[in-house]
Amino acid sequence: MNSVSAKLEITLTVNGEQKTVCVYPLERLLDVLRQKFELTGPKEGCGEGECGSCSVLMDGVLVNTCLIPILQARGASITTIEGLAGPDKLHFLQQSLLDCGGAQCGICTPGIIMAATQLLHKKPRPTLEEIKEGLSGNLCRCTGYTQICEAVVEAAKRGNAE
Amino acid sequence: MRSNPAEYECVAPGTLSSVLSLLTQEPGVWLPIAGGTDVMVQYAAGKLPARKLVSIWNLPELRRIEGSDDELRIGAACSYTDLRENAIVEREFSLLATAAAWTGGIANQNRGTLGGNIVNASPAADSPPALLVYEAELILISSRGERRVRYSDFHTGYKQTVLAPDELVETICLPRRFSGHAAYSRKVGARNAQAIAKVSVAALGHVSNGAVDGVRIAAGSVAPVPLRLRGTEAVIRGKTIDSRLLRSARAAAISEIRPISDIRSTATYRAAVLGNLIVEFLQKLAGANQ
Repeated sequence: MNSVSAKLEITLTVNGEQKTVCVYPLERLLDVLRQKFELTGPKEGCGEGECGSCSVLMDGVLVNTCLIPILQARGASITTIEGLAGPDKLHFLQQSLLDCGGAQCGICTPGIIMAATQLLHKKPRPTLEEIKEGLSGNLCRCTGYTQICEAVVEAAKRGNAE
Repeated sequence: MRSNPAEYECVAPGTLSSVLSLLTQEPGVWLPIAGGTDVMVQYAAGKLPARKLVSIWNLPELRRIEGSDDELRIGAACSYTDLRENAIVEREFSLLATAAAWTGGIANQNRGTLGGNIVNASPAADSPPALLVYEAELILISSRGERRVRYSDFHTGYKQTVLAPDELVETICLPRRFSGHAAYSRKVGARNAQAIAKVSVAALGHVSNGAVDGVRIAAGSVAPVPLRLRGTEAVIRGKTIDSRLLRSARAAAISEIRPISDIRSTATYRAAVLGNLIVEFLQKLAGANQ
């Protein structure tokens, strides 16, 4: 193996828990989450930032983890889909997706929910146009998006009621 | 073929001066990586020639937006989201705010940077036409010092720029003198979100006493570099917008571009659409002044 790199220790916070891993600096955050931390909510769809299936919040900001070298996540706080639900209750976005038929095969769903989380954080009462823009980086091949948008509208109502 | 992370070094020195000294020690060896929206795509595809990367993400020196009386200075590592959320950009540089909104989805807007868009030097990039019509200047910095270049002189050929191997783009400077102009932009792609442009146009215009007394037009995806359409501007300047001007402006625009046929479109289509966009710009400019 033509190695120019050495592994290093990276500490970051994942879903509220501080973790340290020994990795190469250019390993993708996506691979570290899935393989080292066994958080398989973030999915690899395209692997080039087009589909949004791997998205998480990094320091509260929506990112595609397939494009993040782990070195740039050093010291960051990551929230994956696994960090959203409570121990015995789904997050209101998850419940809305289920109730509105916005989750079908499920591959895009974690990314959709993370993008919707960021959207509702910035715009608690989004218009349909704002929902479409907020989710435009997330591809779904099942639903045709109508139910997903309806679910976000529903979630906004529930979120504002909570 | 996916890349093997063991073959790549990546460091994050944390300050601009330490990044610059690394670039000086081994010029051309270290590839700066900001938000990774281009570099990591090449890496994932096994097409990244560089083996050593230096992170410039979140360097505070590169993440500022500062307005003075006569210009707006944007740090090169400001994200598209930073641009969209800046009040001066929204108010005075709407073409840049629009280009930022066109770029990918929200996750990529949170990570992609204006400096990255510039140095990646794609003729199809979203922000260059806006930067050209706003007559942006770039501050390039290295351990040797800094120099200021006109953005219109930055791209020298397809994916070629005047940036030296030890230099970074530090700041994008926009003169604050176009807020009285009408702004027009269109991106024509396969779909609205996440698509690379087949043709894009950004333009500024000003009409007084029935004649166009100010006009700046630039286009993307119609030449090896993002192109300012100075010949077309010369045809338009000083004229009244009528059907004859629409015809001559369309012809001038088509004659000064060098479009190619590629995976996204054909040269014929690009020329026809560019002509249509120039006509639409002038019609809207005339409408705005009636």
